[in-house]
Amino acid sequence: MKAHRRQRLIIILVLVALAGVAIGLTLYSLRANMNLFYSPTQISAGEAPPGRSLRAGGVVRDDSVQRDQQTLDVTFTVTDFEEDVPVHYRGILPDLFREGQGVVIVGTLNERGWLEASEVLAKHDENYMPPEVDGALKAAEARKSIPSSGAVTGGNDERI
Amino acid sequence: MWPIIHKLGSPKWFYTMSGRWLPFLWGIGAILITIGSLWGLAFAPADYQQGDSFRILYVHVPAAILAQSCFAMMALCSVIFLVWRIKLADMAAGAAAPFGAAMTFSALFSGAIWGVPTWGTWWVWDARLTSMLLLLFIYLGIMALRGAFASRDGGARAAAILTLVGVINLPIIKYSVVWWNTLHQGATFSLTEKPAMPASMWLPLLLMVIGFYLIFAAVTVARTRNEIIRRQPSARWVRALAQGERNGL
Repeated sequence: MKAHRRQRLIIILVLVALAGVAIGLTLYSLRANMNLFYSPTQISAGEAPPGRSLRAGGVVRDDSVQRDQQTLDVTFTVTDFEEDVPVHYRGILPDLFREGQGVVIVGTLNERGWLEASEVLAKHDENYMPPEVDGALKAAEARKSIPSSGAVTGGNDERI
Repeated sequence: MWPIIHKLGSPKWFYTMSGRWLPFLWGIGAILITIGSLWGLAFAPADYQQGDSFRILYVHVPAAILAQSCFAMMALCSVIFLVWRIKLADMAAGAAAPFGAAMTFSALFSGAIWGVPTWGTWWVWDARLTSMLLLLFIYLGIMALRGAFASRDGGARAAAILTLVGVINLPIIKYSVVWWNTLHQGATFSLTEKPAMPASMWLPLLLMVIGFYLIFAAVTVARTRNEIIRRQPSARWVRALAQGERNGL
């Protein structure tokens, strides 16, 4: 490679490296704000500001969803399998909302530690399969597992 | 090694050779996209949770892949142009930009349509969606910057430098779902692991992705050829070409 070309290549590499470091440092300093949501563990540790609008994300705990028969009120528990946060919501839930499903909740923490949700979003995971396969998997799991608490979570829900 | 690069960098050689590839790129690309979309939209099984709305991924995923691949190709062309001053590389980078911008827009748009039934919202400012929107703005910025200079060479160099700075966004897009909590799910496909999707679903997707790549190649090659003619209309081989076409007609 000729000297002037090598020099140009070095200048370009240095330029890209410097820009990369600048952007990397910016993202590092913003890391708390870059996350879309707080995990239940962060909320339990008091990292989430109370009384202000925030987002929480986790999995809807099995057997925790309770719907009011008269109104659109729903309560459920969102968990990251470390800590739980109880949630209250009034409104229509997305199609994918169900127990064991990842969700992102927009709302405020009240003084009792409940999350008053104004919006509930369902988080889709990276797994796709036809309904028959899902049915077969569930049947196999039911045959295999002796019912113990929390064992039947579908296997993929931890990857939130 | 070097003679090949110089041959590849010769507009005349490229024009002659690419004229032979072009029909195959268009033809095979169109066939693959036709088969892939029919298969994906009509014959692939529905998803166990999303039902039929998951079929949007047969457009969304190829568009998102091409949006990033196109940018990577432009970055490579920019390095070749800036270091070796091969003008053909600059023409190819300029030719690819609008396609990349269109693919980025398609990925964002199809993702928004999918988001409404699946997530319950069409837009959320999470790291994946935001970095993808940034990619669209970078594309538009590169195209605008190229046209903003009085001299063609100045515009070409500025566009190449902006492309190289923008390339930092590519790993951010890719790893955004790993580094931060996002609403967008993680990757279904990786080179090292089994896909989290059965073959009956990913085979049509694979056809679509290859088809999109071929159409991208066809569009870029065709636009580069036009640019070659536009830049040197009075070159001897171009005039001979025009003469030949006139005689042929």
